Amino acid sequence: MLDVVDLRVRYLSRPDKYAVDGVSFHMDRGEILGLVGESGSGKSVTAMAISALLPRRKTECSGSILLDGKEMLNADREAVRRIQGKELSVVFQEPMTSLDPVMRIGPQVEESLRIHTKMTAAERRAAALQAMAEAELPDPEWIYRKYPHELSGGMLQRVMIAAAIVSEPKLLLADEPTTALDVTIQAQILELLKKINRERGTTILFISHNLNVVRKLCSRVAVMHKGKIVETGTAEGVFYHPQDPYTQRLIAAIPTREKHLR
Amino acid sequence: MKKKQYKEKKKNWFLYFGGAIVVVMVVLILLGYVWTPYDPNAMDGAAKAQAPSLLHLMGTDNFGRDIFSRVLQGAGTTFFIALCVVAIGAVCGTVIGALTGYFGGWGDEILMRICDSITAFPSILLALVMIAVLGPGKWNVIIVLGILFIPSFARIVRGEYAKCKDLNYIKSARLMGAGHVRIMVRHILPNIWPVLLPAISIGFNNAVLAEASMSFLGVGVSPTEASLGRMLSDAQSYLLRGLPWYALFVGFTIVLLILGFSLLGEGLQQRRRR
Amino acid sequence: MHYLLKKFCTLIITLFIVSLLAFCAFQLIGDPTTSMLGTNATPEQVEALRHELGFDRPLLVQYGDWLIHFVQGDMGTSYSYNMPVSEMVGSRIMVTFIMTMMAFIMTVVVSIPLGIFAARREGGVFDRIITAFDQIVMSIPPFFIGILLTCVFGLILHVFQPGSFDAVRGHPVAYITYMIFPALSIAIPRIAMTVKMLRSSILEQMGQDYIRTAYSRGLNRDGVLWGHALRNALIPVVTFVAVSVAEMVAGSIVIEQVFSIPGIGRLLLASISSRDIPVVQAIVVILALWVVVVNFIADVLYQYIDPRIRLN
Repeated sequence: MLDVVDLRVRYLSRPDKYAVDGVSFHMDRGEILGLVGESGSGKSVTAMAISALLPRRKTECSGSILLDGKEMLNADREAVRRIQGKELSVVFQEPMTSLDPVMRIGPQVEESLRIHTKMTAAERRAAALQAMAEAELPDPEWIYRKYPHELSGGMLQRVMIAAAIVSEPKLLLADEPTTALDVTIQAQILELLKKINRERGTTILFISHNLNVVRKLCSRVAVMHKGKIVETGTAEGVFYHPQDPYTQRLIAAIPTREKHLR
Repeated sequence: MKKKQYKEKKKNWFLYFGGAIVVVMVVLILLGYVWTPYDPNAMDGAAKAQAPSLLHLMGTDNFGRDIFSRVLQGAGTTFFIALCVVAIGAVCGTVIGALTGYFGGWGDEILMRICDSITAFPSILLALVMIAVLGPGKWNVIIVLGILFIPSFARIVRGEYAKCKDLNYIKSARLMGAGHVRIMVRHILPNIWPVLLPAISIGFNNAVLAEASMSFLGVGVSPTEASLGRMLSDAQSYLLRGLPWYALFVGFTIVLLILGFSLLGEGLQQRRRR
Repeated sequence: MHYLLKKFCTLIITLFIVSLLAFCAFQLIGDPTTSMLGTNATPEQVEALRHELGFDRPLLVQYGDWLIHFVQGDMGTSYSYNMPVSEMVGSRIMVTFIMTMMAFIMTVVVSIPLGIFAARREGGVFDRIITAFDQIVMSIPPFFIGILLTCVFGLILHVFQPGSFDAVRGHPVAYITYMIFPALSIAIPRIAMTVKMLRSSILEQMGQDYIRTAYSRGLNRDGVLWGHALRNALIPVVTFVAVSVAEMVAGSIVIEQVFSIPGIGRLLLASISSRDIPVVQAIVVILALWVVVVNFIADVLYQYIDPRIRLN
């Protein structure tokens, strides 16, 4: 359902270097694909390109991004906006700063419904509360009226997820959603994403620099390095039998108990 | 990183324009100290209230005095006062800011509270009150404005010192046995310049404005001395009699001085941010 | 609520200190006996007058006495005019107040739309024109703006007659027409500052993470600007504009001089030069009261519009 073909992105400020240099991959409906790479490998830029959030005046993109057969790259702005938030939602890395600090949680969760549907305020509210319950937020009614600064980082990330799934998107883009969180909360958020994938059938593109996290969540993994995808395969396959030298180094760099003992 | 490079390609017009205006104005003012086309106070009965001409670049006033010469002299007075005011403000402010920022504690707390309460009141009002107590005159204006300029410098410098004192290289300097004074002067002060420079430029801008306002109100320099503000106040009466150029020339001189320093300050600030 | 109470106490204490300082400073320099009696008065006459005016009492007693009377509305008697200060101040304060309020309304009405439209298309033609214009306007001293306005609207276009304030009293339309120009002179530099501040505040907000979130939900630039960035960007600007009401009153001291408007600023200047201490004291304390109260309101407003502070 998502086809990325030969995607190239460069910033006009550095025309000599492609941040994303010929990336192609395919995603099936209902799968979770992990996109792994170190910082600066181009994985976040890829995500921004797919979600059409790259500033058009400062970047140049070529190739093709097809979401359900619809071309997203360099498409008409209005057409893209009709897809953003409706068929494609994004969960960002920093829940603390990714929510409007002076707006209550509720209106932010239901914002994409306000933009894309003709639902009444009461219907939107009911949908938002349901999405929040599904994101396992305790007491949604109470949180609905809170401001972001009154909640913890883990709660805010659940709010972000609720806001992302409220419009029942086909594709959920999670850009390092657990990096800013504590380890215990990380695990809960991963479980939540898994549950959403299982129960709603939402396709998830999960971006992380952490191979371990990706292995727990994803069925397939793509490894990015210097703007290119160097290896694709099943999570277990890539993890235990890495083919590319970069992937091998990446896996060797994961601290394990055995190594510490040695 | 990428964003930064993109921005660097833009030219810093503020800096160029502001610098150019300031240089031209300062050269003219320095020239005015040693030479003016006419004696600024010489009255020429034959050339009263003339429009600008090649003989009198900005025309003459009702007494036949050459306005260009008077503007040069007046700008000199204004610039001198601004220079003294900024010097007092910057030096005292830096010392106070350095001490409070570096040592902190209750002295810091009290001084910053005082600075806060001073800046809460409009400076014109405070200046008027202090002049009312001290009486008008050039040196009193310098003292009053100088004092009023201390808090803004103190606050800026204090912030930088408070930030710098915990940096590792300062800690290592202390471990190597450098005394407090040495650290404050040799190690931290050179790092303050990029912050202090724009502040000094903006300070000039404010000092020129403040001096001109006070002289305009008649509580600045004594009437015998030419100052831009006082000349503008004189020129206002010519305005109603249909001689607008006097006021316009004096006014635009003030505008150019202020514009030059504010652009320069803005430019310096932009250069620092990059 | 607790915070407000604390702020309110600070307000009272500040006023107390300011009035004490103002009182003492002027009382120390302002022995009026010589100027009232002339230089050839006998020491007995001087002593008698000092006693009559209460100058022979301790300073703090004088202050307490003055403060009690001041709170009751009795601000003493002018040395120069021998009439109650409250009467002299009362009518003039209205003039200054009206002028300041007109300037304030102009500032809000003009600067907020301009700031938003400049920020709407960053780097666009409109934005560049406004930014350049702003920088120049901020360099024009308010009194010169006043002179330029007089020149253009008074002498060339004859919209109003400069120096005719007394003639327009009691004619609402003429009064307002006359007052527009001094109010504009006060407002224009403020407008420039507010536009600059609002523009950079909006642009700063537009670079924040939550703006990217809003874009990801399918909002366009205008939707993001009006729905999210503006509210956040206005928080510091509202405080700035509120505080500028205090600055405007100070600015009116200068502008009243340009347009010969008999407001509180002209009275203050005249009293300073004639050493009419009771009048100066009264005006300084009134202006200080104005400034402190405005700052207090700005603070409360800030609490109200920023939820992050409101609930802490």
